[in-house]
Amino acid sequence: MESQIKAADIIREIKRAGIRFIVALPDRVTSERLLKPMLADPEFRVVQVCKEDEGMSICSGLYAAGHRALLLIQYTGLLDSLNAMRGVAIEGSNPICFMVGLLGKEPGVRPTQAKRYGIRVVEPVLDAMQIEHELIETENDSAKIVPAVERAYERLAPVVMMIGREPAR
Amino acid sequence: MMKRDECLKALARRRKDEIVVAVYTAAQEWIHISPNELNFTFIGAMGQGSSHALGLALGRPDRRVIVLDGDGSLLMNLGSLVTIANAAPKNFIHCICENGTYETNGAVSIPNRNKVSFAGLARGAGYPKTYEFAAQDEWERALDDGLLKEDGPILVDLKMEPGEKYPEDFRRLYNVEYREAFKKALAK
Repeated sequence: MESQIKAADIIREIKRAGIRFIVALPDRVTSERLLKPMLADPEFRVVQVCKEDEGMSICSGLYAAGHRALLLIQYTGLLDSLNAMRGVAIEGSNPICFMVGLLGKEPGVRPTQAKRYGIRVVEPVLDAMQIEHELIETENDSAKIVPAVERAYERLAPVVMMIGREPAR
Repeated sequence: MMKRDECLKALARRRKDEIVVAVYTAAQEWIHISPNELNFTFIGAMGQGSSHALGLALGRPDRRVIVLDGDGSLLMNLGSLVTIANAAPKNFIHCICENGTYETNGAVSIPNRNKVSFAGLARGAGYPKTYEFAAQDEWERALDDGLLKEDGPILVDLKMEPGEKYPEDFRRLYNVEYREAFKKALAK
Protein backbone atom coordinates (compact mmCIF):
# COMPACT_ATOMS: atom_id res chain seq x y z
CA MET A 1 0.00 0.00 0.00
CA GLU A 2 1.26 3.51 -0.80
CA SER A 3 2.13 5.71 2.13
CA GLN A 4 -0.52 7.85 3.77
CA ILE A 5 -0.69 11.55 2.90
CA LYS A 6 0.55 13.95 5.58
CA ALA A 7 -1.68 16.74 6.90
CA ALA A 8 1.15 19.26 6.66
CA ASP A 9 1.53 18.48 2.95
CA ILE A 10 -2.16 19.14 2.34
CA ILE A 11 -2.01 22.44 4.21
CA ARG A 12 1.15 23.45 2.35
CA GLU A 13 -0.50 22.77 -1.02
CA ILE A 14 -3.67 24.66 -0.05
CA LYS A 15 -1.50 27.69 0.69
CA ARG A 16 0.47 27.18 -2.52
CA ALA A 17 -2.86 27.31 -4.38
CA GLY A 18 -3.38 30.84 -3.08
CA ILE A 19 -6.16 29.94 -0.66
CA ARG A 20 -6.39 31.91 2.58
CA PHE A 21 -10.10 31.66 3.42
CA ILE A 22 -11.24 28.30 4.81
CA VAL A 23 -15.01 27.83 5.17
CA ALA A 24 -15.65 24.80 7.32
CA LEU A 25 -17.81 22.38 9.22
CA PRO A 26 -16.05 19.77 11.38
CA ASP A 27 -15.60 16.21 10.13
CA ARG A 28 -13.82 13.39 11.99
CA VAL A 29 -11.56 12.73 8.98
CA THR A 30 -10.24 16.30 8.84
CA SER A 31 -10.95 18.05 12.17
CA GLU A 32 -7.91 17.03 14.17
CA ARG A 33 -5.15 17.37 11.61
CA LEU A 34 -6.50 19.90 9.10
CA LEU A 35 -9.21 22.10 10.62
CA LYS A 36 -7.69 22.58 14.08
CA PRO A 37 -4.25 23.52 12.68
CA MET A 38 -5.97 25.88 10.23
CA LEU A 39 -7.91 27.54 13.06
CA ALA A 40 -4.59 28.15 14.80
CA ASP A 41 -2.77 29.34 11.67
CA PRO A 42 -2.65 33.14 11.32
CA GLU A 43 -2.25 32.80 7.55
CA PHE A 44 -5.81 31.45 7.30
CA ARG A 45 -9.14 33.11 8.02
CA VAL A 46 -11.48 30.28 8.99
CA VAL A 47 -15.22 30.93 8.67
CA GLN A 48 -17.18 28.34 10.63
CA VAL A 49 -20.62 27.67 9.16
CA CYS A 50 -23.74 25.92 10.44
CA LYS A 51 -24.64 24.18 7.15
CA GLU A 52 -22.71 23.23 4.05
CA ASP A 53 -24.91 25.09 1.54
CA GLU A 54 -24.24 28.45 3.18
CA GLY A 55 -20.54 27.60 2.90
CA MET A 56 -20.85 27.37 -0.88
CA SER A 57 -22.46 30.80 -1.01
CA ILE A 58 -19.81 32.33 1.25
CA CYS A 59 -17.17 30.96 -1.15
CA SER A 60 -19.14 32.51 -4.03
CA GLY A 61 -19.16 35.90 -2.32
CA LEU A 62 -15.44 35.62 -1.60
CA TYR A 63 -14.79 34.78 -5.27
CA ALA A 64 -16.77 37.84 -6.37
CA ALA A 65 -14.66 39.88 -3.95
CA GLY A 66 -11.47 38.55 -5.53
CA HIS A 67 -10.44 35.84 -3.04
CA ARG A 68 -9.83 32.10 -3.24
CA ALA A 69 -11.51 29.88 -0.67
CA LEU A 70 -11.74 26.23 0.33
CA LEU A 71 -14.90 24.58 1.67
CA LEU A 72 -13.91 21.85 4.16
CA ILE A 73 -16.83 19.51 4.94
CA GLN A 74 -17.92 15.87 5.31
CA TYR A 75 -19.40 13.84 2.45
CA THR A 76 -22.79 13.74 4.20
CA GLY A 77 -22.92 17.53 4.00
CA LEU A 78 -22.00 17.39 0.34
CA LEU A 79 -24.90 15.05 -0.32
CA ASP A 80 -27.19 17.27 1.75
CA SER A 81 -26.30 20.33 -0.36
CA LEU A 82 -26.85 19.10 -3.89
CA ASN A 83 -29.30 21.87 -4.77
CA ALA A 84 -26.79 24.54 -3.78
CA MET A 85 -24.20 22.59 -5.74
CA ARG A 86 -26.49 22.82 -8.75
CA GLY A 87 -27.52 26.45 -8.37
CA VAL A 88 -24.57 28.18 -6.72
CA ALA A 89 -21.62 26.15 -7.98
CA ILE A 90 -22.63 24.81 -11.42
CA GLU A 91 -25.29 27.15 -12.82
CA GLY A 92 -23.67 30.08 -11.04
CA SER A 93 -20.27 29.23 -12.58
CA ASN A 94 -18.51 29.50 -9.25
CA PRO A 95 -15.05 27.97 -8.76
CA ILE A 96 -15.89 26.41 -5.42
CA CYS A 97 -13.12 24.14 -4.15
CA PHE A 98 -14.38 21.43 -1.84
CA MET A 99 -12.29 19.27 0.46
CA VAL A 100 -14.57 16.48 1.59
CA GLY A 101 -13.83 13.85 4.23
CA LEU A 102 -15.04 10.36 3.35
CA LEU A 103 -15.81 9.25 6.90
CA GLY A 104 -15.84 5.46 7.11
CA LYS A 105 -14.08 4.66 3.83
CA GLU A 106 -11.63 1.80 4.18
CA PRO A 107 -7.98 2.87 3.53
CA GLY A 108 -6.75 1.91 0.06
CA VAL A 109 -10.23 1.12 -1.25
CA ARG A 110 -11.77 3.14 -4.09
CA PRO A 111 -14.79 5.13 -2.86
CA THR A 112 -17.06 3.24 -5.27
CA GLN A 113 -15.93 -0.02 -3.63
CA ALA A 114 -16.46 1.12 -0.02
CA LYS A 115 -18.72 -0.87 2.27
CA ARG A 116 -20.79 2.20 3.15
CA TYR A 117 -23.54 3.03 0.69
CA GLY A 118 -23.17 6.77 1.35
CA ILE A 119 -19.55 6.71 0.26
CA ARG A 120 -20.12 4.44 -2.73
CA VAL A 121 -22.57 6.95 -4.25
CA VAL A 122 -20.43 10.08 -3.89
CA GLU A 123 -18.46 9.71 -7.13
CA PRO A 124 -21.46 8.59 -9.23
CA VAL A 125 -23.45 11.59 -7.95
CA LEU A 126 -20.60 13.96 -8.80
CA ASP A 127 -20.24 12.33 -12.23
CA ALA A 128 -23.98 12.76 -12.87
CA MET A 129 -23.64 16.44 -11.99
CA GLN A 130 -20.52 16.74 -14.20
CA ILE A 131 -18.38 17.86 -11.28
CA GLU A 132 -14.65 17.18 -11.37
CA HIS A 133 -13.29 15.19 -8.44
CA GLU A 134 -9.99 13.86 -7.11
CA LEU A 135 -9.16 11.35 -4.40
CA ILE A 136 -6.54 12.65 -1.94
CA GLU A 137 -5.30 9.77 0.18
CA THR A 138 -1.69 8.81 -0.46
CA GLU A 139 1.55 10.76 -0.34
CA ASN A 140 1.66 11.39 -4.08
CA ASP A 141 -1.86 12.81 -4.09
CA SER A 142 -0.73 16.13 -2.59
CA ALA A 143 0.47 17.03 -6.10
CA LYS A 144 -3.14 16.98 -7.28
CA ILE A 145 -4.27 19.87 -5.07
CA VAL A 146 -2.80 22.94 -6.79
CA PRO A 147 -3.76 21.81 -10.33
CA ALA A 148 -7.30 20.99 -9.17
CA VAL A 149 -7.73 24.46 -7.67
CA GLU A 150 -6.20 26.15 -10.71
CA ARG A 151 -8.55 24.25 -13.05
CA ALA A 152 -11.56 25.29 -10.99
CA TYR A 153 -10.66 28.96 -11.34
CA GLU A 154 -9.84 28.61 -15.02
CA ARG A 155 -13.11 26.81 -15.79
CA LEU A 156 -15.27 28.73 -13.28
CA ALA A 157 -16.53 25.37 -12.10
CA PRO A 158 -16.41 23.47 -8.81
CA VAL A 159 -13.94 20.74 -7.92
CA VAL A 160 -14.26 18.18 -5.15
CA MET A 161 -11.12 16.85 -3.46
CA MET A 162 -12.11 13.79 -1.45
CA ILE A 163 -9.98 13.03 1.60
CA GLY A 164 -9.99 9.25 1.67
CA ARG A 165 -8.71 8.76 5.22
CA GLU A 166 -7.47 10.83 8.12
CA PRO A 167 -4.12 12.34 7.05
CA ALA A 168 -0.98 11.40 8.95
CA ARG A 169 0.71 13.86 11.32
CA MET B 1 -46.97 48.56 6.82
CA MET B 2 -44.68 50.05 4.14
CA LYS B 3 -45.08 49.67 0.38
CA ARG B 4 -42.05 47.71 -0.78
CA ASP B 5 -41.07 50.02 -3.64
CA GLU B 6 -41.36 53.11 -1.42
CA CYS B 7 -39.27 51.41 1.23
CA LEU B 8 -36.60 50.48 -1.33
CA LYS B 9 -36.66 53.96 -2.91
CA ALA B 10 -35.88 55.47 0.50
CA LEU B 11 -32.79 53.25 0.68
CA ALA B 12 -31.82 54.00 -2.93
CA ARG B 13 -31.92 57.77 -2.31
CA ARG B 14 -29.27 57.36 0.41
CA ARG B 15 -27.11 54.76 -1.38
CA LYS B 16 -23.50 55.75 -2.01
CA ASP B 17 -20.99 53.01 -2.92
CA GLU B 18 -22.51 50.14 -0.97
CA ILE B 19 -22.76 46.61 -2.36
CA VAL B 20 -26.40 45.54 -2.32
CA VAL B 21 -27.24 41.82 -2.33
CA ALA B 22 -30.92 41.37 -3.21
CA VAL B 23 -33.13 38.30 -3.61
CA TYR B 24 -36.35 37.41 -5.41
CA THR B 25 -39.06 40.11 -5.61
CA ALA B 26 -36.97 42.70 -3.82
CA ALA B 27 -34.20 42.04 -6.36
CA GLN B 28 -36.59 42.38 -9.31
CA GLU B 29 -37.64 45.79 -8.03
CA TRP B 30 -34.24 46.92 -6.76
CA ILE B 31 -32.55 46.56 -10.19
CA HIS B 32 -35.05 49.13 -11.53
CA ILE B 33 -35.11 51.40 -8.47
CA SER B 34 -31.32 51.49 -8.00
CA PRO B 35 -29.60 50.20 -11.17
CA ASN B 36 -25.92 49.75 -10.37
CA GLU B 37 -23.06 47.37 -11.20
CA LEU B 38 -22.68 46.69 -7.48
CA ASN B 39 -26.07 45.00 -7.27
CA PHE B 40 -25.39 41.30 -6.53
CA THR B 41 -28.38 39.10 -7.34
CA PHE B 42 -26.68 35.80 -8.32
CA ILE B 43 -28.01 33.73 -5.45
CA GLY B 44 -28.33 30.29 -7.04
CA ALA B 45 -30.61 28.75 -4.43
CA MET B 46 -33.32 30.11 -2.14
CA GLY B 47 -32.11 31.30 1.23
CA GLN B 48 -28.52 31.90 0.18
CA GLY B 49 -28.51 35.70 -0.15
CA SER B 50 -27.14 36.44 3.31
CA SER B 51 -24.37 33.87 2.84
CA HIS B 52 -23.18 35.31 -0.48
CA ALA B 53 -23.26 38.69 1.26
CA LEU B 54 -21.14 37.40 4.14
CA GLY B 55 -18.48 36.26 1.68
CA LEU B 56 -18.52 39.70 0.07
CA ALA B 57 -18.36 41.45 3.42
CA LEU B 58 -15.41 39.36 4.61
CA GLY B 59 -13.64 39.70 1.28
CA ARG B 60 -14.11 43.47 1.09
CA PRO B 61 -14.14 44.86 4.62
CA ASP B 62 -13.64 48.35 3.14
CA ARG B 63 -17.14 48.26 1.60
CA ARG B 64 -20.55 48.29 3.28
CA VAL B 65 -22.71 45.34 2.26
CA ILE B 66 -26.50 45.64 2.47
CA VAL B 67 -28.63 42.50 2.08
CA LEU B 68 -32.26 42.74 0.93
CA ASP B 69 -33.28 39.29 2.15
CA GLY B 70 -36.75 37.77 2.22
CA ASP B 71 -38.54 36.37 5.27
CA GLY B 72 -39.17 33.03 3.53
CA SER B 73 -35.58 33.09 2.30
CA LEU B 74 -34.16 33.64 5.77
CA LEU B 75 -36.30 30.79 7.12
CA MET B 76 -34.48 28.50 4.68
CA ASN B 77 -31.08 29.48 6.05
CA LEU B 78 -31.63 30.37 9.70
CA GLY B 79 -28.23 29.00 10.66
CA SER B 80 -26.71 31.83 8.64
CA LEU B 81 -27.72 34.20 11.45
CA VAL B 82 -25.37 32.34 13.81
CA THR B 83 -22.63 32.15 11.17
CA ILE B 84 -22.88 35.88 10.48
CA ALA B 85 -22.98 36.81 14.17
CA ASN B 86 -19.90 34.67 14.77
CA ALA B 87 -17.98 36.13 11.83
CA ALA B 88 -19.13 39.58 13.03
CA PRO B 89 -18.48 41.69 9.92
CA LYS B 90 -18.78 45.35 10.90
CA ASN B 91 -19.75 46.27 7.33
CA PHE B 92 -22.85 44.05 7.19
CA ILE B 93 -26.47 45.29 7.21
CA HIS B 94 -29.04 42.53 6.93
CA CYS B 95 -32.46 43.84 5.87
CA ILE B 96 -35.41 41.46 5.91
CA CYS B 97 -38.19 42.37 3.49
CA GLU B 98 -40.95 40.86 5.63
CA ASN B 99 -44.10 40.41 3.58
CA GLY B 100 -45.27 37.24 5.34
CA THR B 101 -45.45 35.21 2.14
CA TYR B 102 -43.49 33.23 -0.42
CA GLU B 103 -44.48 35.92 -2.91
CA THR B 104 -42.47 34.63 -5.89
CA ASN B 105 -43.90 31.13 -5.43
CA GLY B 106 -47.59 31.96 -5.31
CA ALA B 107 -47.89 34.26 -2.27
CA VAL B 108 -48.58 31.41 0.15
CA SER B 109 -48.03 32.43 3.79
CA ILE B 110 -44.79 31.61 5.56
CA PRO B 111 -45.17 29.28 8.55
CA ASN B 112 -46.22 31.06 11.75
CA ARG B 113 -46.79 34.33 9.91
CA ASN B 114 -46.93 37.44 12.13
CA LYS B 115 -45.76 35.41 15.13
CA VAL B 116 -42.12 34.93 14.16
CA SER B 117 -39.82 37.71 15.38
CA PHE B 118 -36.95 37.98 12.92
CA ALA B 119 -35.30 40.61 15.10
CA GLY B 120 -35.70 38.22 18.04
CA LEU B 121 -34.12 35.37 16.08
CA ALA B 122 -31.21 37.62 15.13
CA ARG B 123 -30.67 38.79 18.71
CA GLY B 124 -30.78 35.19 19.90
CA ALA B 125 -28.20 34.27 17.27
CA GLY B 126 -25.88 36.99 18.52
CA TYR B 127 -26.50 40.03 16.29
CA PRO B 128 -25.52 42.97 18.47
CA LYS B 129 -28.14 45.32 16.98
CA THR B 130 -31.59 44.86 15.48
CA TYR B 131 -34.32 47.21 14.29
CA GLU B 132 -37.93 46.83 13.18
CA PHE B 133 -39.75 49.32 10.97
CA ALA B 134 -43.35 49.23 9.81
CA ALA B 135 -43.80 52.93 9.08
CA GLN B 136 -42.16 54.70 6.15
CA ASP B 137 -41.38 57.89 8.09
CA GLU B 138 -39.63 55.96 10.88
CA TRP B 139 -37.54 54.03 8.34
CA GLU B 140 -36.54 57.23 6.56
CA ARG B 141 -35.69 58.94 9.86
CA ALA B 142 -33.44 56.03 10.86
CA LEU B 143 -31.68 56.21 7.50
CA ASP B 144 -31.15 59.95 7.95
CA ASP B 145 -29.85 59.34 11.46
CA GLY B 146 -27.02 57.18 10.04
CA LEU B 147 -28.27 53.60 10.28
CA LEU B 148 -26.25 52.66 7.19
CA LYS B 149 -23.03 53.79 8.88
CA GLU B 150 -23.48 51.87 12.13
CA ASP B 151 -21.19 48.98 12.99
CA GLY B 152 -22.63 45.63 12.00
CA PRO B 153 -23.79 43.06 11.83
CA ILE B 154 -27.20 44.71 12.07
CA LEU B 155 -30.56 43.13 11.26
CA VAL B 156 -33.29 45.47 10.03
CA ASP B 157 -36.77 43.95 9.80
CA LEU B 158 -38.77 45.93 7.23
CA LYS B 159 -42.48 45.12 7.43
CA MET B 160 -43.94 45.65 3.99
CA GLU B 161 -46.51 44.78 1.38
CA PRO B 162 -46.34 44.87 -2.42
CA GLY B 163 -46.41 48.32 -3.99
CA GLU B 164 -46.04 49.31 -7.62
CA LYS B 165 -45.27 46.42 -9.98
CA TYR B 166 -41.97 46.30 -11.88
CA PRO B 167 -41.10 44.16 -14.90
CA GLU B 168 -39.23 40.95 -14.08
CA ASP B 169 -35.76 40.52 -15.59
CA PHE B 170 -34.41 37.09 -14.72
CA ARG B 171 -31.49 37.49 -17.11
CA ARG B 172 -30.19 40.52 -15.20
CA LEU B 173 -30.69 38.70 -11.92
CA TYR B 174 -28.98 35.43 -12.73
CA ASN B 175 -26.81 35.67 -15.84
CA VAL B 176 -23.13 35.05 -15.12
CA GLU B 177 -22.00 37.92 -17.39
CA TYR B 178 -23.54 40.38 -14.91
CA ARG B 179 -21.81 38.61 -12.02
CA GLU B 180 -18.48 38.98 -13.81
CA ALA B 181 -19.30 42.67 -14.45
CA PHE B 182 -20.03 43.02 -10.72
CA LYS B 183 -16.65 41.43 -9.93
CA LYS B 184 -14.85 43.84 -12.27
CA ALA B 185 -16.71 46.87 -10.90
CA LEU B 186 -15.86 45.87 -7.33
CA ALA B 187 -12.18 45.41 -8.23
CA LYS B 188 -11.88 49.00 -9.59
